[in-house]
Amino acid sequence: MIVEADDTMPVRSSDDVVRARQAVRARAIAAGFSLVDQTKIITAASEVARNTVDYGGGGTMHIELLRNGQRRGVRLTFKDQGPGIADISLAMKDGYTTGQGLGLGLSGAKRLVNEFAITSAPGQGTEVILARWK
Amino acid sequence: MSEIPILKIGDCLLVSIQVDMHDRLAMALQDDLTRRIVQDRARGVMIDISALEIVDSFIGRMLNNIAAMSRVLDAVTVVVGMRPAVAITLVELGLTLNGVRTALNVDRGLAMIRKIIDHGEQDDDRRGG
Repeated sequence: MIVEADDTMPVRSSDDVVRARQAVRARAIAAGFSLVDQTKIITAASEVARNTVDYGGGGTMHIELLRNGQRRGVRLTFKDQGPGIADISLAMKDGYTTGQGLGLGLSGAKRLVNEFAITSAPGQGTEVILARWK
Repeated sequence: MSEIPILKIGDCLLVSIQVDMHDRLAMALQDDLTRRIVQDRARGVMIDISALEIVDSFIGRMLNNIAAMSRVLDAVTVVVGMRPAVAITLVELGLTLNGVRTALNVDRGLAMIRKIIDHGEQDDDRRGG
């Protein structure tokens, strides 16, 4: 697997969430994604980026354009140094939220991508990796 | 005031969302709309989302909230113009927009609002929420 291009951007405010969505759209188009596939990864990115701002106290998004043989994909890595998640399986449940949202952010984002990984521990921040292939 | 214009047509308010909204803008729109419903004595609210490239759970919640608030203020909300890719993504995300009426386009949305204002809500039209 080759990383053809990559970039890191801040995810600290709701304006950054908009910029993150736009960056993901540009990479998804570069990877040749269909409109539906673009929409899915942009929406997943928006959910996780908002979590990074609202729960993680802000962080970064690393975006990579991947090639694996003939397949192209986009991988996103969101990192924050926030309080972390004590119970990841609970946080992944539909409808569970500690905030004001609908509790669909993580579970919904996972359904919209091909690969999903989350690493977190109390006091050690959170890392969420999303990838979608064409 | 949000930067999104709210147009008044008869007893209806029309909002066409043309920008990629950040979360504060979405909240401001929600506040503006409820204020305008009361101020203009509106009976219907139509929200055109045909320019929106995504609807995530935050925007979805805003649409649900606007529909619920306008219902309490005796107005009908219809969301029109959702793109097919957005509809597919919303369902997969798990967002069902239970309390929100939808129509394919502005014409059908206006007809739906008229019908509900003139004839009241049929049980069949009610979609929970």
